[in-house]
Amino acid sequence: MRTAKSGPKAEPRMKGAPIDAKNGRLGALSAGPVLRGPATKLILAAIAIVAYLLPFALSSYQTFEFTQVYIYAVALLGLNILIGYNGQFSLGHGAFYAIGAYTTAIMTTRWDIPYGWAIIAAGLLSLLVGFLFGLPALRFEGLYLALATFALALAMPQVLKYFDSWTGGSQGIVLDKPGAPWHLPITSDQYIYYLSLTVLVIALTLAYNLLRGRAGRAIMAIRDNPIAAEAMGVNSALYKSLTFGVSAMYTGVAGALGALAVAFVAPDTFSAFLSINFLVGSVVGGIASISGAIFGGAFIEFVPTYAQEISRAAPWAIFGITLIIFMYVMPTGVAGLAKRITVALRRSIVGERPAPSPRSETADAAGATAGTARAVMGKPD
Amino acid sequence: MAADNVLLSVQEITVRFSGIVALDGVTFAVEPGKIVGLIGPNGAGKTTLFNCLSRLYKPVSGAVIFDGKSLLGLPRYRVPELGICRTFQNLALFPTMTVLENVMLGVHSRTRTGFLTHALRLPHARREEDFIYEQAMEAISFMSLKHLAHHAAAGLPYGTLKRIELARALAGAPKLLLLDEPAGGLNHEEVTELSGLLREIRDRLKITVLLVEHHMNLVMQVSDKVVVLDFGRKIAEGPPAQVQRNPEVIRAYLGQ
Repeated sequence: MRTAKSGPKAEPRMKGAPIDAKNGRLGALSAGPVLRGPATKLILAAIAIVAYLLPFALSSYQTFEFTQVYIYAVALLGLNILIGYNGQFSLGHGAFYAIGAYTTAIMTTRWDIPYGWAIIAAGLLSLLVGFLFGLPALRFEGLYLALATFALALAMPQVLKYFDSWTGGSQGIVLDKPGAPWHLPITSDQYIYYLSLTVLVIALTLAYNLLRGRAGRAIMAIRDNPIAAEAMGVNSALYKSLTFGVSAMYTGVAGALGALAVAFVAPDTFSAFLSINFLVGSVVGGIASISGAIFGGAFIEFVPTYAQEISRAAPWAIFGITLIIFMYVMPTGVAGLAKRITVALRRSIVGERPAPSPRSETADAAGATAGTARAVMGKPD
Repeated sequence: MAADNVLLSVQEITVRFSGIVALDGVTFAVEPGKIVGLIGPNGAGKTTLFNCLSRLYKPVSGAVIFDGKSLLGLPRYRVPELGICRTFQNLALFPTMTVLENVMLGVHSRTRTGFLTHALRLPHARREEDFIYEQAMEAISFMSLKHLAHHAAAGLPYGTLKRIELARALAGAPKLLLLDEPAGGLNHEEVTELSGLLREIRDRLKITVLLVEHHMNLVMQVSDKVVVLDFGRKIAEGPPAQVQRNPEVIRAYLGQ
């Protein structure tokens, strides 16, 4: 078998340019800011420091809100990988969120398993269910897959009520909020904030690594041109099921964190509406991007609250109008706009040419929406 | 059959599409180190035959033996792994990716790392990424596309896209290269360039080529052997000069 080892020895690469180019690869494909250069690393470090100091400047309710943003971001990251990068569609990720939440609730309250293990178990169980669901779902394309996953979302609350000896039926399960370990001088809410933030950072790193390598290219190749992908040797059935599994795992882990943060799970919080909300967050944030998940998480956490403040009578009308404005102003999501601003700033301040250099803005925008448009809306760019 | 002087052996292949016979018992062989041209009027079954070789279509009967192994039992994605890479008649690139990324996918079949090793960025995954990068750059240089490596594939001129596809196929280090109308849509200079390139692929890279082409001059110039199909049947096989004089071939092309 001809593998990497039998190939010609890699020659020492020219310093600088090609490595930059390699790192820029994901940037070329996503609407998210490109992780490149010392300036970007500095900015990322600054954001991380602010995020880690934030709870000391916020009220306990605000801390909880940001915790929810991070948790949603983890869930949306799963959805972005599936829809934005792989071109498969899901209207049922709320079901995986529920699986993660209930796994954690049952394991920690009924079996007294430490919550850390419960989160891992929730991720693995969601991975397995997602993979197994992905196998038959491969027969469906586009909107048909959307409907199949939507059926999953619709069924989930009733399934949870049916197995009431495990799930507590409509009453749900009350969890113990984990306290801070090692006698750290922080509240339980602050601790969950840090836990969620850390999980989000890990989730972002893993997604970034996955998508910029061989596996990531194959995932995107299936989105771009499935026949050509198979002609290049991509086992498309396996890759699609695995991507579905990985996507479900992200959302399941988010569900586990959500159960811990709210300290309560009940079937009706995991209605089909949650799945639709996830989709809204994904698209608004920037579906073919990694950072878009964070923007999307913020959107679905904060916008309903503000809509409520503006109009108690018709909050969903306000939400809907906001949504339309967002889609109109930022057709490639918040992440797409953020990238365009970054590129423009670089050009005007540093005079630096954006790398990969000869790429046009329109090509970027097309890249960010192409898979989505095809998979989701059938809308031309 | 002497396996050592036959790389690809197509035996009695028959393909039917809802009653219409697209290929009718076609048999021929491709010898290693040769350029074999596959020609025929429109609808003769050339592309259908190609799609059988890359397992897009399933013949109702017949066999395809490549390098001593039967091809027809394999799933589609295993074909490049064996050493058969192809280009498409109507281009099948990945439009959201750069030229380099497109060509890097050509190396997919020669590498192994998966989801977990990449997510964790294990040393093995990094080494393989370097290998993929080197191999892709080599193919890009061979096709003189280096200046476009980081350019988005979408929006480049047609002739360039054809070169990218060829680079992507070459990056798979094939033993057999299947080219579906590589000269289609190219201008006169580009065709001249292509014929030099095909010889270089055969002589320098030692890759066997099976070529479906309408451009008669090109086929007759570069092919070591020509196979002629008409209405799904093989009507001639032999050296270009001989095939050109074959009365049945002339009739097929000029009509009765």
